[in-house]
Amino acid sequence: MTAPPVDRFHQALLDSLHPPTWRNPASAPRYDLVVIGAGPAGLTAARGAAAMGAKVALVERGLIGGVCINTGCAPSKAIIRTARLYADMRDATDFGGQSPGEITIDFAAVMQRMRRVQARLARGDSVQRLNEAGVEVFFGEARFVGPGAIAVAGETLHFGKAIVATGARPMTPTIPGLAEAGYLTNETVFALTECPPRLLVIGGGPLGCELAQAFCRFGAHVILVQDEPMFLPREERDAAQILSDALARDGVEIHLNTPAVAVRTEGDKRIVDLVSQGDKFSVSVDVILTGIGRSPNLDGLNLEAAGVRYDAERGIHVDDFLRTSNRRIYAAGDVCMEHKFTHAAAASARIAVRNALFAGRRRLSALVIPWCTYTDPEIAHVGIYVREARRANVPVRTFTVLMHDVDRAVTDGEEDGFVKIHVRDGTDRILGATVVARHAGEMINGLSLAITSGLGLPAIARVIQAYPTQASAIKLAAEAFSRTRLTPWRKALAGLWLAWRRGLPAKERGRPH
Amino acid sequence: MVEAPAKSDDDLLDGFQRAAFNYFVEHYNPTNGLVADVSRVGAPASIAVVGFALTSYLVGVERGWMTRAEAATRALTTLRFFGDSDQSQAPDATGYKGFFYHFLDMTSGRRVWQSELSLIDTTLLLAGMMTAGVYFSADTLEEIEIRERADAIYRRVDWQWASADGGTAWQGWKPEGGFLHYGWEGYSEGTILYALGLGSPSRPLSAASYGAWTATYQWENIYDCEFLYAGPLFIHQFSHAWIDFRAIRDPFMREKGSDYFENSARATYVQREYARRNPFSFVGYGADCWGVSAGDGPGFTTLEIDGRKRRFQGYAARGAPYGPDDGTISPSAALASLPFAPELALSCMRHIGACYPEVIREGRLPNSFNPTWPADGPGSWVSQDDFGLDQGVLVLMIENYRSGLIWSLTRRCPYIGAGLRRAGFTGGWLS
Repeated sequence: MTAPPVDRFHQALLDSLHPPTWRNPASAPRYDLVVIGAGPAGLTAARGAAAMGAKVALVERGLIGGVCINTGCAPSKAIIRTARLYADMRDATDFGGQSPGEITIDFAAVMQRMRRVQARLARGDSVQRLNEAGVEVFFGEARFVGPGAIAVAGETLHFGKAIVATGARPMTPTIPGLAEAGYLTNETVFALTECPPRLLVIGGGPLGCELAQAFCRFGAHVILVQDEPMFLPREERDAAQILSDALARDGVEIHLNTPAVAVRTEGDKRIVDLVSQGDKFSVSVDVILTGIGRSPNLDGLNLEAAGVRYDAERGIHVDDFLRTSNRRIYAAGDVCMEHKFTHAAAASARIAVRNALFAGRRRLSALVIPWCTYTDPEIAHVGIYVREARRANVPVRTFTVLMHDVDRAVTDGEEDGFVKIHVRDGTDRILGATVVARHAGEMINGLSLAITSGLGLPAIARVIQAYPTQASAIKLAAEAFSRTRLTPWRKALAGLWLAWRRGLPAKERGRPH
Repeated sequence: MVEAPAKSDDDLLDGFQRAAFNYFVEHYNPTNGLVADVSRVGAPASIAVVGFALTSYLVGVERGWMTRAEAATRALTTLRFFGDSDQSQAPDATGYKGFFYHFLDMTSGRRVWQSELSLIDTTLLLAGMMTAGVYFSADTLEEIEIRERADAIYRRVDWQWASADGGTAWQGWKPEGGFLHYGWEGYSEGTILYALGLGSPSRPLSAASYGAWTATYQWENIYDCEFLYAGPLFIHQFSHAWIDFRAIRDPFMREKGSDYFENSARATYVQREYARRNPFSFVGYGADCWGVSAGDGPGFTTLEIDGRKRRFQGYAARGAPYGPDDGTISPSAALASLPFAPELALSCMRHIGACYPEVIREGRLPNSFNPTWPADGPGSWVSQDDFGLDQGVLVLMIENYRSGLIWSLTRRCPYIGAGLRRAGFTGGWLS
């Protein structure tokens, strides 16, 4: 059920990302930069350095592209797109359409499209393209053999600087019986060949919520358990509540504050014991999917030989310049960062390259990193949360626009959600924002631009936007801010001016209070 | 035929208040003072409803609906039961560590439904006891015992035991699984909990607890109205049923230049504005038909109505404007906003009375009705049972609007004043 079919799309992906006939090049005497790991951070670092004329080696033990293209963003977004299609078919009558009779789900076709999409995206990251960009690619396990050398597949690569970008992998749940019963993670779930009739998802983070909703829309009975009181615990309450309602509307069976405590197998079923408020109960499922977080990939690197400090939880220890305890070695991406996102990894890699090769002083803390959970509706955030600001004694005002007040959201029938923009009280400075909307991931980018560029809300209010668009919710929030500047004093002053223009006698003009 | 003259506002309110008060007359167990959670046969007691009942009796005395002796007897019966009940870790005890289980058997007074040892519901019960303790000030044996028992029950509560690591109060506890973690983030009806928890002379909440809780507040501009948002309307009412928040401000409200009373008024206007906009085109919503709150609903089902799927809910915490909302209006919650926005609340009641007469049964406002739901017969779906919480908050809020009686009583309760001051409230009647 989880052996990926080796179809032409999968073969095409392998041809791009790890050709079966690949032979590593002979190593150069010395590289300006050796990058370990060819995920988003490693690829960005290697390409960026090579583009600047550096002699670059890139080491990868599996498939180029890392989690993003192989077991993360690309496959999940591909199947989420199909899941949305099925949801739209289901809801066709809400839009004045007709559902095409009995909707049957061809899961094999869903997964074949996913592989086609992966193969298409893989072409951009192929070994051939990397070679053309001047990057020497080595496949094999990288292992530090000293403070300035790495061994890989029988070769020793000597470097001036190195960047470790080995990424992260799914954390292993410690639930008795789970390992024996078997479970899926993001590394294995996309190899499913049949949609499980009953699926238990353990973990209400981004992965768990996204895939719970998608598989539910593919017809699985999905049970989603989360040991926290709300989904996406770092997001704000209202966002998590809307998501919870949306999941329930799709038919996901939700259990919050409910840890899974034991698993056993009965025939071909997995029996999972759950505990909620002290009450123990069991569910019977066909497949278990876990998404409880990610831990850094450190195994086999022999970081001690290079004098690089690390721990199993935080990963490689870096300073704000992404430099490790070995001044010649930097790290980037999931292996060293709290924010484990493709775009954050790429951004950190750019910093690491500049700082490593060109004596740069770019800081990780200066990055404005948005993120998005691609449920339906999507939940996107950038900048600070209100609770963080208040704990830092920063006074905050939030300007909220409900999507049901946005014309385009109404015409699209996509009215669930909101835009919240947090500004420092007494100023127009945007500190952060949360968007919950069907296309929140697209909408958050405008707010990231504003924060990065130091644009305040009045600047956003002045921009003329195409009408009708859902992103105009951001402008509506900015306009709400502008209206708060129309104080009674200003309004009275304007009234006086207009009265004077109309030629009213002074005693009838009123006076500002 | 001569048309009957329209009722005056006071007559209208008197009718609703009296009908609400009668709930506590009708659903009371004279042997232990417990009051049923809802009017349904066999329903257990809710300790929060008992709290509302204890304060409602005082209103009844002042309004001439109950003798002082009868009210005192009811109060004393209730206090004796809670004072002497089983406080232990037994799974069917009445309480533990001074707190009480949310639902109790009406006859035995023991825990039912594996309900939680509830901090907020214990708080509402204590609020009722506190008002009784202040009101019954005579030097009679009965009234002295009321005061002493109310004080003893309050002092017995171990708020420190019920504090989480960060200092904030847990939401509850169960003998089967320990403390509950609902993750209450943001503004809620918990202000009165902190007032009573911080004011305790024996085992109070830590001074930092209130700040830790309010650190999760979010001051929002919605519909051009700036306020501390919470979706369900009842959240803006329950603490105010007992405490007069006019012109007293904690550090958060000082920062924002507002107070919690004004905040509830703004929340009421936002609820009304949401109904006027009626973004999901529910039947009936409008400027005079609003009030989205926690409560009963038609049931958990999805129906296609006029070519649109409508997902209805049963008992749920509905809220506006974020939702969830299924077209269910709570008239009792709307009227309980009376002190904050009297013109809006009265206008809403007159409209509902005129357009949905089936909603008002024997003069009593129901928990909810839903004109969007396709009812079997004429009229709208109306929640069948009367809910003690609805009737209690109506009795108290109408009285606060009419006379300010309950607010004046709690102003004389030293524990509540002390708790508010420890939370950082200043100004107004605390000066």
